[in-house]
Amino acid sequence: MAFLMHFQNYASQGASRHSEAESPDQDPGVTMAAPMLRWGCRGRRWAFARVDGGSCHRRGAPTGSTSNRIRGESSVAQQPLHTAQKTRKGEHKWAAVVGLEIHAQISSNSKLFSGSQVRFSAPPNSLVSFFDASLPGTLPVLNRRCVEAAVMTGLALNCHINKKSLFDRKHYFYADLPAGYQITQQRLPIAVNGSLIYGVCAGKKQSQVIPKTVRIKQIQLEQDSGKSLHDNLRSQTLIDLNRAGVGLLEVVLEPDMSCGEEAATAVRELQLILQALGTSQANMAEGQLRVDANISVHHPGEPLGVRTEVKNLNSIRFLAKAIDYEIQRQINELENGGEILNETRSFHHKLGCTMSMRDKEGKQDYRFMPEPNLPPLVLYDATSLPAGADPQQVINIDQIRETLPELPSVTREKLVQQYGMLLEHSFTLLNEVGLLEFFQNVIKETRAEPKKVTSWVLNTFLGYLKQQNLAVSESPVTPSALAELLDLLDSRTISSSAAKQVFEELWKREGKTPGQIVSEKQLELMQDQGALEQLCHSVMEAHPQVVMDVKNRNPRAINKLIGLVRKATQSRADPVMIKEILEKKLSL
Amino acid sequence: MLGRSLREVSAALKQGQITPTELCQKCLSLIKKTKFLNAYITVSEEVALKQAEESEKRYKTGQSLGDLDGIPIAVKDNFSTSGIETTCASNMLKGYIPPYNATVVQKLLDQGALLMGKTNLDEFAMGSGSTDGVFGPVKNPWSYSKQYREKRKQNPHSENEDSDWLITGGSSGGSAAAVSAFTCYAALGSDTGGSTRNPAAHCGLVGFKPSYGLVSRHGLIPLVNSMDVPGILTRCVDDAAIVLGALAGPDPRDSTTVHEPINKPFMLPSLADVSKLCIGIPKEYLVPELSSEVQSLWSKAADLFESEGAKVIEVSLPHTSYSIVCYHVLCTSEVASNMARFDGLQYGHRCDIDVSTEAMYAATRREGFNDVVRGRILSGNFFLLKENYENYFVKAQKVRRLIANDFVNAFNSGVDVLLTPTTLSEAVPYLEFIKEDNRTRSAQDDIFTQAVNMAGLPAVSIPVALSNQGLPIGLQFIGRAFCDQQLLTVAKWFEKQVQFPVIQLQELMDDCSAVLENEKLASVSLKQ
Repeated sequence: MAFLMHFQNYASQGASRHSEAESPDQDPGVTMAAPMLRWGCRGRRWAFARVDGGSCHRRGAPTGSTSNRIRGESSVAQQPLHTAQKTRKGEHKWAAVVGLEIHAQISSNSKLFSGSQVRFSAPPNSLVSFFDASLPGTLPVLNRRCVEAAVMTGLALNCHINKKSLFDRKHYFYADLPAGYQITQQRLPIAVNGSLIYGVCAGKKQSQVIPKTVRIKQIQLEQDSGKSLHDNLRSQTLIDLNRAGVGLLEVVLEPDMSCGEEAATAVRELQLILQALGTSQANMAEGQLRVDANISVHHPGEPLGVRTEVKNLNSIRFLAKAIDYEIQRQINELENGGEILNETRSFHHKLGCTMSMRDKEGKQDYRFMPEPNLPPLVLYDATSLPAGADPQQVINIDQIRETLPELPSVTREKLVQQYGMLLEHSFTLLNEVGLLEFFQNVIKETRAEPKKVTSWVLNTFLGYLKQQNLAVSESPVTPSALAELLDLLDSRTISSSAAKQVFEELWKREGKTPGQIVSEKQLELMQDQGALEQLCHSVMEAHPQVVMDVKNRNPRAINKLIGLVRKATQSRADPVMIKEILEKKLSL
Repeated sequence: MLGRSLREVSAALKQGQITPTELCQKCLSLIKKTKFLNAYITVSEEVALKQAEESEKRYKTGQSLGDLDGIPIAVKDNFSTSGIETTCASNMLKGYIPPYNATVVQKLLDQGALLMGKTNLDEFAMGSGSTDGVFGPVKNPWSYSKQYREKRKQNPHSENEDSDWLITGGSSGGSAAAVSAFTCYAALGSDTGGSTRNPAAHCGLVGFKPSYGLVSRHGLIPLVNSMDVPGILTRCVDDAAIVLGALAGPDPRDSTTVHEPINKPFMLPSLADVSKLCIGIPKEYLVPELSSEVQSLWSKAADLFESEGAKVIEVSLPHTSYSIVCYHVLCTSEVASNMARFDGLQYGHRCDIDVSTEAMYAATRREGFNDVVRGRILSGNFFLLKENYENYFVKAQKVRRLIANDFVNAFNSGVDVLLTPTTLSEAVPYLEFIKEDNRTRSAQDDIFTQAVNMAGLPAVSIPVALSNQGLPIGLQFIGRAFCDQQLLTVAKWFEKQVQFPVIQLQELMDDCSAVLENEKLASVSLKQ
């Protein structure tokens, strides 16, 4: 019997409010703002020494840039080597193997199988349909948008999209899983065999970007669970089902990574891709992107070690920290004759360590079973599309491929080509939320050279933001203001040091334009050649000794003179101009 | 009026011979009189009267909604009904009042039908006797029929007649008893392995199981999702077709309903001639346990078709004998999964234990489910264990495919409908029935009906004749997938030929006091 898939319309189908459980508005665990990692180039200190004393990535041969060439190769060969802190010469080196399971909440109006809304931080149990609460007799209806999001993500990650995929039930009892099972795609997921390319920093100043590839095993569609809030004081658990049934993309990354930094950078790249696609907001602090890491260590050339799974990684920075901690812990354990247990560990961000969760007594058997209420999910391409098919009832992979937005790697390439910036600068522009848009807006409005703009945005502007721990959206300086400032600089109306001064004024949020600040503070460069010549003359007369030094070929003396003249102009003169005048007068 | 068919009473309503309110009140009063049958778990008197009032207004203004407007119906208590308690005859759902209507319920209400109440069943529809629900067993109205009683008087060995009442079959026994005792004109059952057809056969009714995917399951509390279908119990084939016409069609809330446009309404032509028909007789259905009476009626029915010019051929469904064991694996596995949601958290029963969430789950489920349900959950979880999945579940799925293919092959050989028995014998007394456990009974009683569910085919049980004991015997017709109308057309022709007698419940209808006396006796005997 062949069934056509019914797709749920976006309209809500009578969401109800179940307020059996009263709970605070937010899970305290997720309100914490997560500091962002800047594409892995920060000078983090590793808990373990690196073999070559430099970047842990140097050893891994740079992988081919955009192909899936890496697939099938032994991942072991590429692992950088780690040694324990106390390792003496001649002992075995350790290699770490890291794989990731990433859950990305799909950005959609309604849930994966029900019409109730998807919204973060809504009042508890206010977004719960009968299906979400697992009322008896309710049935799942697949949300078309979620399927499209999965296909888009699969295509962006170079996956093979399965024309037919299946849904399964995964059983376990938990208070925030009202049906007693999660609908997922265990046997035949929607997308398989992809790859993700990310760039890690290398080189003496960590200024080179080396592309790396991690294979993607599969992407599967599944339901999110609700949230349990444990009230230990009154020893009760409060359940919020707002999240129950929200669509998730589970992205499984093969164990092709070898340290926290690689994993963090890969996750950041995935985050950017999901955000570019719009398939997930991928905000880790809001739990829209959740990462579990599988970690093991072994001696190169020997079989892989026993792995642990580290959960509760709710920021990219903690992800890197947790992985590195866990690698080091395993090495220490093994070096001291201990044993690694195949267990689930939780990362405690305050203590900065991982701890065994010991929550599963014995092995969990999820008793997978085909979901009988959902027919196989069938996707079409241009060649297989049945004639006269209702476009509302079919999903055309080719059509989705055509409408894919620009991916971060392409954006970066364009930035490099269009503005002649360094590749690592393009990484920074994309990694910082809103920075690229800010940059582009400045470019649009200014006559200044792109290189100048890049330098101002990445050094001055970003520096100020970092210093005050602000996001781009919180910046007191608008793109137009910076553009105007750069124009003033470009037209040599002000000197670069005056420009810095203006920028600092702008940062105070007093609502003044750069032009106003320049005129109020009289920061314009002296354009009057005669006046400047007069000034130079007076300075020379006042400092005969310095003039003598210049004439005696003391190379520093001219600078001293220039400085004296600038001082006399209250820094409003262009030093280049001063130098020219002085040189002429001194007949150098 | 109460003895009429749905079609007849619908005509009477249209002609103003009776008003919906009068009809509703008559049915309500009969429900009260026949309370001892235990057919209803909940009688929705107020709702029904209000619906009747509205229907009456429509008739008065000439805005009747159609054939079902003002018609009293009953619904098995495993369909979700908004604002009306829905229990599945389980402690687990006692007091559970759903906030929504099952699609089939909503469709009936949209057509103006009056919901008289929710009918009794085996707990979560797991059973074939309607004896294993928390509200007690359902009694077969035929136990009190003139036809049966007269035969029993001839039998000197009969004991206390009121302790000797008969089961209805099940699990939709409450729905069957409700229609059979004239308390409504049609009832919804559910059919997973024969749960609609089996009680229909035992209660002398038409029991129709539509093709899987033709009628929405949204709101039907599942037993086995891949086999469940809403079933229809009526007094004649035309009535079943009217109800099917109201129910059939795709439902955006049930992704397993099919999109193909349906030939509506299901008007059944009167076949003048069956000479173009080919009737298949599956040889594997001739089992040793089949009672000689049923076997003889089966063979007479085949002769009837043949004598009227139809081609009657023997066919083989070679995998039939694996059906029961295969069903056992698939059913219990889905049951284990479907029942996981009953944890006492969101709705339904919750125990008092609060030491831990796990302890609360365990006690809630122990208190909430009966032994049958717990037993099935246990075996189902066993079959789904990683180490057993391939050996049990996957194999059972393969066998299911073979069973389904048996039917495909039979139909491909030119057969239009298959003719089989519905049950091994007529209804047995309760005391006899409970000598075997639920599992044994289900395995025996589903033998002719349950392979159909594996294949998703339409099937209907038609009452044929009374046994020597004066009890109804039904035969089953099985059709091609989505050829429900063709199947019912053949059934309608057959129904006309056999002229099955109407149940004679005069004492019950007219003599209220006699009934009440019976009730006392019956309840006494139950408690012993």
